[in-house]
Amino acid sequence: MATNRTGGAQRPNGAPQTKVCQFKLVLLGESAVGKSSLVLRFVKGQFHEYQESTIGAAFLTQTVCLDDTTVKFEIWDTAGQERYHSLAPMYYRGAQAAIVVYDITNQDTFGRAKNWVKELQRQASPSIVIALAGNKSDLAAKRMVEFEEAQAYADENGLLFMETSAKTAMNVNDIFLAIANKLPKSESGGGAGGAGGARRLADGDTPRASSCCK
Amino acid sequence: MDEEYDAIVLGTGLKECILSGMLSVSGKKVLHIDRNKYYGGESASITPLEDLFAKFNAPPPDETYGRGRDWNVDLIPKFLMANGLLVKLLIHTGVTRYLEFKSVEGSYVYKGGKISKVPVDQKEALASDLMGMFEKRRFRNFLIYVQDFQEEDAKTWKDFDPSTANMQSLYDKFGLDRNTQDFTGHALALYLDDTYLQQPAIQTIRRIKLYSDSLARYGKSPYLYPMYGLGELPQGFARLSAIYGGTYMLDKPIDEIVLGEGGRVIGVKSGNEIAKCKQVYCDPSYVPDRVRKKGQVIRCICLLDHPISNTKDALSTQIIIPQKQVGRHSDIYVSLVSYTHQVAAKGWFIAMVSTTVETNDPESEIKPGLDVLGPVRQKFVSVSDYYEPTDDGSQSQIFISESYDATTHFETTCLDVLKIYKRGTDEDFDFSKVKVELGEEEQ
Repeated sequence: MATNRTGGAQRPNGAPQTKVCQFKLVLLGESAVGKSSLVLRFVKGQFHEYQESTIGAAFLTQTVCLDDTTVKFEIWDTAGQERYHSLAPMYYRGAQAAIVVYDITNQDTFGRAKNWVKELQRQASPSIVIALAGNKSDLAAKRMVEFEEAQAYADENGLLFMETSAKTAMNVNDIFLAIANKLPKSESGGGAGGAGGARRLADGDTPRASSCCK
Repeated sequence: MDEEYDAIVLGTGLKECILSGMLSVSGKKVLHIDRNKYYGGESASITPLEDLFAKFNAPPPDETYGRGRDWNVDLIPKFLMANGLLVKLLIHTGVTRYLEFKSVEGSYVYKGGKISKVPVDQKEALASDLMGMFEKRRFRNFLIYVQDFQEEDAKTWKDFDPSTANMQSLYDKFGLDRNTQDFTGHALALYLDDTYLQQPAIQTIRRIKLYSDSLARYGKSPYLYPMYGLGELPQGFARLSAIYGGTYMLDKPIDEIVLGEGGRVIGVKSGNEIAKCKQVYCDPSYVPDRVRKKGQVIRCICLLDHPISNTKDALSTQIIIPQKQVGRHSDIYVSLVSYTHQVAAKGWFIAMVSTTVETNDPESEIKPGLDVLGPVRQKFVSVSDYYEPTDDGSQSQIFISESYDATTHFETTCLDVLKIYKRGTDEDFDFSKVKVELGEEEQ
């Protein structure tokens, strides 16, 4: 369910306010394919050659502006729980979008990416938007997964597909933008908190009902 | 796995997951293992429904139960007190951002064969059908006393020392009769039995305040319940632990806890791998030789296709049957959640009746609770042993949690966790440590 905060986006010039829709996006893929690097590039515009395994920040937000809508992504990283196949079901819960990442220089990670897609089709909401990202496209000289092979697989399974590079920033914004465009913004996108009246807790909380984009 | 850790946590029940999260946040290197291939152990919510039926050796559910995947059935019934310890832990650790909650709609108490709403403020007390006219006034005065009571201001104690005088004498001071004492002690202060009457009154006053502060937070009742079931709670804390560097392995059998000099733990063995560690934290099932049986709890999961009568068709509720009402020593609890919490298919309700076992025939002990429910489509009964550790870990460095008790909320759960954390680390958990670092995540 997309959260619509009417009046959330303030325009200083007095232009008409756009609606803001919030979506949960999860990252999946083998260890070391560059999941966190993609997010870091997208959210902070940074890249670290020797990015450590994910620690500390596993819940980032970033917005993408479309013509009449601001899409706010709530991005969940695996926090390393994929390493021994111990990802909790909660991770998939209510996710409206997913990026499944593999490393174009490593055929195994592509095979594993296909398994993650299957897992999503089994566990996640049926309406989830899935994008496949062939990361490390700057290392094309060591390529082991052909673009055409991945494209054909993506077409067969109705996935968005791009080759990306967190290092050079190639296609990073584009893949998030493509997802934002494909997400349904007119009504409930399925998934999270189907029934109304549920809330998150916070200090000095007052009840906060979530509602859908209208 | 062949590495060295500060702590290895065994079992992914709620207590172990909170501990794992707290240890990781404090900078400890943690390996967290479960022999099952799912999170939650005893505190898991079972899904799909077919798995629940199979667990209790029942023939598979028919099509009237809807999609099996729409069900998440708790094995242990509990609610969160809105102003209680678990909510504080959730907020301070940031785990709350992974979860959504709903208020439980009503809180009821059983008297003379029927159920009535638990009165919590002066207005409700005066309208309640639990008491006669004069008793209502006395109860109202008692509530005002508790509301105005400040621990640090002796003037508000009104010539009564609550740290030395017992609760019975406070009831007597206000002239409350047996019935009123019964629902105050059991439905407001949430005591399991009557031993509290002889304890210092301050403990009961604190509990009643917790109840009314919790109620003040969201309204209808003092209780909260997470969407998709209680099994989300251990997963949330496991994620916290992972975010702070904790390593997770499910579906990993433990063959041995390896001891070194002086019976001190040095590692954990699985197959021919040994993970070294300085400490182990675990639930009783991983160390049967270091726990003793303290008692038994009976829990009966009931699937209903209707709400409970006389609860205004509440989609969630709690009913407390005080021990004296049915000639017992411990209370019977009924909790109800439903499709509105994404734990059952549309139109379905899950009730749980539970109590501490007192006789050789536990199933007939819960009959008063079952009678309240009306027709039950499917019933699953389990009687589980309740264990407590015989080893406090000071020598072995093995820190063991107690089994989940029959209480209907998580207060004792959290107290046990904080106690174990203190035993293991020699310090109280520093909430401020988490909060500062979490600030960076928010963009």
